[in-house]
Amino acid sequence: MIRDITIGQYYPADSLLHRLDPRVKLFTTVIYIIALFSFKGIVGLALITGFLYYVIKISKVPFRFMTRGLKAIIVLVVITSIFSLLGTPGDIVFWKWKSLQLTDAGIINAVLMTIRLVYLILGTSLMTLTTTPNQLTNGLETALAPLNKFHVPVHSIAMMMSIALRFIPILIEETDKIMKAQMARGADFENGNLIQKAKAMVPLLVPLFVSAFRRAEDLAMAMEARCYNGGEGRTKMKPLKYTQEDYNAYGIVIGFLVLVIIAANVVPFPQ
Amino acid sequence: MSIILDKVNYSYSEGTAYHVQALKDINLKIEDGEFIGIIGHTGSGKSTLIQHMNGLIKATSGGIYFHGQDIYDEDFNMKELRSRVGLVFQYPEHQLFETTIFDDVCFGPKNLGLDKKTVELRAFEALRNVGFPHELFYQPPFDLSGGQKRRVAIAGVLAMKPEVLILDEPTAGLDPAGRDEILGLISQMHKELGITIILVSHSMEDVAKYVDRIIVMNQGSVMYDGVPKDVFRQYKELEAVGLAAPQVTYLMHELQEKGLPVDVDATTVEEAKESILAAFR
Repeated sequence: MIRDITIGQYYPADSLLHRLDPRVKLFTTVIYIIALFSFKGIVGLALITGFLYYVIKISKVPFRFMTRGLKAIIVLVVITSIFSLLGTPGDIVFWKWKSLQLTDAGIINAVLMTIRLVYLILGTSLMTLTTTPNQLTNGLETALAPLNKFHVPVHSIAMMMSIALRFIPILIEETDKIMKAQMARGADFENGNLIQKAKAMVPLLVPLFVSAFRRAEDLAMAMEARCYNGGEGRTKMKPLKYTQEDYNAYGIVIGFLVLVIIAANVVPFPQ
Repeated sequence: MSIILDKVNYSYSEGTAYHVQALKDINLKIEDGEFIGIIGHTGSGKSTLIQHMNGLIKATSGGIYFHGQDIYDEDFNMKELRSRVGLVFQYPEHQLFETTIFDDVCFGPKNLGLDKKTVELRAFEALRNVGFPHELFYQPPFDLSGGQKRRVAIAGVLAMKPEVLILDEPTAGLDPAGRDEILGLISQMHKELGITIILVSHSMEDVAKYVDRIIVMNQGSVMYDGVPKDVFRQYKELEAVGLAAPQVTYLMHELQEKGLPVDVDATTVEEAKESILAAFR
């Protein structure tokens, strides 16, 4: 039941996107988000759609995997688009009631907002689907390494992130097992009112916390036994190295951003 | 007639890259009062199989019948099924949560909606049935030893008075003395309380001594189903799938090859001893 959560899930496949350096993918995601929130006009939208379609195609990840991630945010999308639909003042007013109004700008805004959110989820989930959590934190650590000079504990943050990510599936599986063990003793997690439901969580949360603390202690012990003492002087078994493919990808992505910016200035219509 | 599984299939994460068919066409009939051992190595589907028996996992296809009733019927009472088919999971840590051991054992019967007196009486009985020392009843369950935690976990399910008790690897992580104690306890419950016992294990040694029927699981299918000595006679095939017959079986076969007229079907040390002594008489 809880196995179906896709956020942060990795989809194993052999594609160009999977092979790319995680730093390239992080950079691409940032550029993509900038492009997504700065584009103007139909040409810019077409460019972004084309880019998204192209990367999804070469990722070899089935499209329904990404749409499953969309299901989780559908409520958010609906609410934000309703707000921008009814709350934006514009030139042509179709309908008005108290402070709510339906205008031309509102419709355009709502459509754009929906497209932006959906594309945002598709693009970012594509990154996590093609990058293992380890690669991702590794990439972050290397990319943010300059911050060390300003006494930002980059290594510790990256380590915490990778441990946290690593433990998500373990804790999900554990929750599943505990739920089953308590259901076998007649516990009911689905029926009842809010108070009863909250009460039903106690037999689930207590064993979960006990086991999480035990795991944390074991992990700390195991790390100390291997003489872990932070990032200083620590070498990597697989240091990140750029290949020609990565440089090409950087070129394509920067070209993409430049095109989107040009399109926004040349054909800024419709808004 | 107790539990019938008819062509049960189950797959995890169907339609994704992680698709695994965990169970393939399982047909089983479990009678009242049997003492069954389910054996298979890790990933053979034995844990998945037992979770079907109390409705925790719904089969992808196929039917399961409890006393002739289809458990997937709309109006079937799942909660009642779970009280009548008790399932004790491998790790007692996954179910202990109350502040005292006694309260924890009360959790099961309380969920059945019984009144306070009956609940406490049942918890008391259950703890006594698993031979739990009285002076520890009101201690927190988290500081107990592995073997004692397991006893509390078994009592927690036993307090619901199940007709069938399924135990998933009840001896995992216990030392030999603790293992013998728990297995002895289970066997005693089978005899004295007359409940059907299904014991899941990956160790032949564990089950050979106690059970009267063995089901061998391999890659999601039932490979053998029969009395221990018939199953152990296939010890070469068992080895091929990563399982082993009890050491006694190997010893008896070797002795026979060396020309000693012993009974190769002996499954326990006791039987083997008798047979070897008889051969020298």
